[in-house]
Amino acid sequence: MRQPTTLFDKIWSRHAISEREDGATLLFIDRLLVHEGSRRSFKVLQDKGLRVRRPDCVFGTPDHYAPSTTRDVAAIDQPERRAMVESLSANAEAEGFTLFGLDDPRQGIVHVIGPEQGITLPGLTLVCGDSHTATHGAFGALAFGIGASEGTHVLATQTLWQHKPKRMRITIDGPLHPGVVAKDIILTIIATISAAGASGYAIEYAGSTIRDLSPEGRLTICNMSIEAGAKFGMIAPDETIYAYLKGRPFAPRGENWEQAVAYWRTLPSDPDAIFDHEVALDAARVEPMVTWGTSPEDAVPVTGSVPNPAGVSDPERRSNMQRALDYMGLEAGMPLAELAFDRVFIGSCTNSRIEDLRAASKVVSNRRAVIPSLVVPGSGTVKRQAEAEGLDRIFKDAGFEWGEAGCSMCVAMNGDLVAPRERCASTSNRNFIGRQGPGARTHLMSPAMAAAVAVSGKLVDVRELVEGAVVGKV
Amino acid sequence: MEKFSSLDAVALPFGVSNVDTDQILPARFLLKSRKDGLAKYLFHDLRFNQNGSEIDEFPLNRQAYRAARIIVADRNFGCGSSREHAVWALYDYGFRVAIAPSFGDIFSNNSYQNGLLPIVVSPAQAAAWRLQLQQAPGSQMRVDLETQRVSGPDGISIGFEIDSYRKRCLLNGLDDIDFTLALAGTIDAFEKRYRSSTPWLEPYG
Repeated sequence: MRQPTTLFDKIWSRHAISEREDGATLLFIDRLLVHEGSRRSFKVLQDKGLRVRRPDCVFGTPDHYAPSTTRDVAAIDQPERRAMVESLSANAEAEGFTLFGLDDPRQGIVHVIGPEQGITLPGLTLVCGDSHTATHGAFGALAFGIGASEGTHVLATQTLWQHKPKRMRITIDGPLHPGVVAKDIILTIIATISAAGASGYAIEYAGSTIRDLSPEGRLTICNMSIEAGAKFGMIAPDETIYAYLKGRPFAPRGENWEQAVAYWRTLPSDPDAIFDHEVALDAARVEPMVTWGTSPEDAVPVTGSVPNPAGVSDPERRSNMQRALDYMGLEAGMPLAELAFDRVFIGSCTNSRIEDLRAASKVVSNRRAVIPSLVVPGSGTVKRQAEAEGLDRIFKDAGFEWGEAGCSMCVAMNGDLVAPRERCASTSNRNFIGRQGPGARTHLMSPAMAAAVAVSGKLVDVRELVEGAVVGKV
Repeated sequence: MEKFSSLDAVALPFGVSNVDTDQILPARFLLKSRKDGLAKYLFHDLRFNQNGSEIDEFPLNRQAYRAARIIVADRNFGCGSSREHAVWALYDYGFRVAIAPSFGDIFSNNSYQNGLLPIVVSPAQAAAWRLQLQQAPGSQMRVDLETQRVSGPDGISIGFEIDSYRKRCLLNGLDDIDFTLALAGTIDAFEKRYRSSTPWLEPYG
């Protein structure tokens, strides 16, 4: 009888070409996504006198340096940034891969447009020179972030050596409380298992709560797997995903579609499959979350307080915590509610999809932003859909800036910066020191929570602001 | 890639957990070309004030640690972004070994590709070495890849794990690509079989 197998192992073994003496597996790679930061991967390839092996499997878009204010490359006033965007176009031209350039209506954050265009499919291996690549695992793909050298390796060979990680299943069951969304689930998970808790593991998220999430909510969950240390995070594909993908530009069609779905239905982990580690979470215990420190593991319910380093016995850990509090300008023990903010950013590969913008707009509707607030849709496609639904008007009428698609203030590489010591409510994925700009103080939260900060100027429990209105599957 | 066999060098204690790659190399320096060297951007915002002057408390700014080529870090060193620049910045400064209880997975892979040896030790061992290095700033550690041993400032050595392939690549200064290109026939055969069994996988659009 066949051994019960996990989703992860099924995809892994189907792509295994060969094994090395050290146990590493040579995996065939179905899709490589590239962005401006892939410049070095192409440079090394060309220096070695090699060409891209499968340009038909490579897709590129500028996102990290994409300006929020224009779609005209020539209008990027900083020459080094402009050169980054131009080099991606030059490499696409030279190597013949598909590019969604800055002026292409489909351009956007690489992790938003992959699923949106049907480039991301269940059962694929997909890599990208970006640590948030596990996002695509939400559709049942084996997707992971790689470095520049590994990028060159994929360009040259369409393969990659990987050591098989251990398998962890995180199961969340039950209905979520109103106002609690996917972002709160993943922040709760990271706070529970720590920022290194899934290091060396591939996570499979399972359970009824995950099953009930929309494709967008699942993408948010898998996106932050790396913030728990996991390169891989995935969810078994199901009817929700097939319905989302059907008819997408790069998805299979006709007979091929039927054949693909038939295969995808075989992918979910077998009932008796063994995981190396299991974590269970009760959805009823998840609350709207916010981070207080400088690691995504520093997350607490919005109703909570800043922890007190005095209660930590290990001196190095105590000083790390104090260092985070000093950087963040917080006092031990202070309640987080009512904390005053200077700025709001709604966007990033974590939370810039249409459902995120809908959830935020519900809070903003008929209110005014009292602090500078920026919304950056994840792609041109998301932006146009939001505009068709009138969401842009809600944001603009409330005094928000409405930007052009890209990574923007999540990583502050396109010039959208949080000033030193400014406190920013952000829907992004990292509250690292200096992430949004030198000295920036980042608090991670959901789109609705960030919107609530925008209209209040302080941290509020979104459940109080809009009773029941933000009940979504985001 | 430069070969690595053994190293006697000053070690830098850096007892902060979750040091992410944004701290090792802030994102705004990703625009900088490798050919000019990234050493001056290493730990930039921890190392320098906004006016460019050195922050005295940062250990690398202390005279005794300036020549460090080994870093003894804490849990989850190199977590976060996949940027290989973080490894290049450490390497360009002169670091050849990073010791920690755990590393970010992608950082660890990137290190091997560039001749920086990541060594995993127990949290207690890392903490003990950091303490010794703090008590005697500028003291040296020794790393021998051939015998897979690392000695602390106190001269006591312990063994460390590294897989045989990675070890051979570091000892000989080889990268993965040359090794894989030699498997072209195997890859071609796999690809042909795989593509014919999954016609739905051909990109459309």
